[in-house]
Amino acid sequence: MNGFVVLPLLIPLVSAASSILFWRRRMIQRWLGLSSSFLLLGSGLLLLYTIREHGIQAMQVGGWPAPFGITLVADLFTGIMVTLAGLIGSAVAVYSVANIDARRETFGFHPLLQVLLMGVSGAFLTGDIFNLYVWFEVMLIASFVLLGLGGERKQLEGGFKYVTLNLVSSALFLAGVGLLYGAAGTLNMADLAVKLRNANEPALVTALAMIFLTAFGIKAAVFPLFFWLPASYHTPPVAISAVFAGLLTKVGVYAIIRVFTLVFVQDVAYTHGLILGISALTMITGVLGAAAQNDFRRILSFHIVSQIGYMTMGLGLYTSIALAGSVFYIVHHIIVKTNLFLISGIVERRTGSFQLKQMGGLYHASPLLALLFLIPAFSLAGIPPLSGFFAKFILIRAGLENEEYAIVAVALMVGLLTLFSMTKIWAEAFWKPAPNEFGPRPVHRTMWAPAVALAVLTICIGFGAGPVYELSEQTARQLMDPTAYIQAVLGVSR
Amino acid sequence: MNSIILTVTARVLGPVLLLFSLFVLFRGHQEPGGGFAGGLLAASAFSIRAIRKDVELSLPVEPHALIGTGLLLAVSSGLASVVLGRPFMTAIWFPYVSTVLLFDIGVYLTVMGVVLMTVYALAEEKS
Repeated sequence: MNGFVVLPLLIPLVSAASSILFWRRRMIQRWLGLSSSFLLLGSGLLLLYTIREHGIQAMQVGGWPAPFGITLVADLFTGIMVTLAGLIGSAVAVYSVANIDARRETFGFHPLLQVLLMGVSGAFLTGDIFNLYVWFEVMLIASFVLLGLGGERKQLEGGFKYVTLNLVSSALFLAGVGLLYGAAGTLNMADLAVKLRNANEPALVTALAMIFLTAFGIKAAVFPLFFWLPASYHTPPVAISAVFAGLLTKVGVYAIIRVFTLVFVQDVAYTHGLILGISALTMITGVLGAAAQNDFRRILSFHIVSQIGYMTMGLGLYTSIALAGSVFYIVHHIIVKTNLFLISGIVERRTGSFQLKQMGGLYHASPLLALLFLIPAFSLAGIPPLSGFFAKFILIRAGLENEEYAIVAVALMVGLLTLFSMTKIWAEAFWKPAPNEFGPRPVHRTMWAPAVALAVLTICIGFGAGPVYELSEQTARQLMDPTAYIQAVLGVSR
Repeated sequence: MNSIILTVTARVLGPVLLLFSLFVLFRGHQEPGGGFAGGLLAASAFSIRAIRKDVELSLPVEPHALIGTGLLLAVSSGLASVVLGRPFMTAIWFPYVSTVLLFDIGVYLTVMGVVLMTVYALAEEKS
């Protein structure tokens, strides 16, 4: 018996509730948010450690036994994701001190960020598919408000697209949950895995799987359902778009991987083959979209789309090593992408714009910033010895082993085009002479610190790729063989 | 608003509504009712006062404080079982009271806070 599993939900909830009590006290809210984010990171690490030592952790909330009540369950994948949520939460909480203006703080930025983190952790922890829908909604409602907070014109414009498409996705998700309940009579994911394994009508299950793939696909921003992402992510303040870029679409990816390794594995040749095709198209459209952009954060947004393709590529190949590649890629991507967004905020402070045309001369003005940009940018493109190289290497090796040469070619080409985009930012923002004089605003050290910390982490993952790969491989083995997961939830092996 | 009918009615209805909301809250334990319905009723009791008098006069505390307290009460009702080594949110029963009731009181306060916050915001906009 252990209470750890529920900690990642309780910490942000208590912090958010206390922040509401101190509604008019910005400083107290700030400290509550900071401490809660770091506690979340700590609880994630604790959870990860416990899972590695003692196996999958499950808790039957309220003491109601498994298929009837709600189960919270944490395998290695969950542990990794919760830890990353805590990490990004902490980085953004520190960054927001100088990046979020007083007005947005008075309107509840800190409690909203905590509610967002709670929704994200809940989605990772739940073992019940309807409960997953509920956590998605918690996360989305918080993100709607965060996106619109401040009420600038372009924010509302981006927010409108974001809200509309995500509500469509939620409606589809809910319809899918209803149909699934009608077909299987249960919504507990472990129980579903057992019941659907020998389903009478595999075609019906595959049709259901497609509804879920569409719903989660919108949230994960895969081809062709990604429009909302580049339309909205560049509009709010950097701290908010960084946490969105790091975490939100990855919750969609998590849901796809969870559901398509645990529940929908009846017709792998069709469903996972389709996912593989979608991955290829996602990578290509994302990277080509980025090439046409001239706004720092819009380029990065399109790259999120392209990177999502790599993560689902591992699932599409559906072997142990490929899934390990996906997990490794998610770890790498969340850190690097958040870092790039944080850096874009520092660049904006130095040059006064997010438009590449308005930038320039940063290499001379601030060599440290140039170095800081190069690390995650190279990592994103997959230059050794940074984390992105190993992530791509594992996936490409898995692709070669499966003799899926087309996807390997796409993955390699997209890596090259990513480098092109990063070079473009480098050439415009850092290399060319500054187009106009702009008195740079001071960059507070609370904005530098998280960016530097995440860059160091990227290098660490690169040099310590062995242990991280080992962890990813263990995670992938748990995903490929869900027996232990089912046993942890239902209590008996079936 | 200066309407004599409203003033007189509100003076009578306010306390009655508040009492009734508490009745619904405690009755919800075994029969229809509970924290949500009770919270709505309590909010309407204070809303009537808000319409009758100035907004600031109707509630001694800010609605935010109600929401925060309510949420914390609900969380603590779930934590009681963790302290005793049982899963989160397992109900613990004593004679007459239980953690379930504590949770319901939390819901009552939160619902009341949310509704009043909305009502006050609308009332302020008008005046």
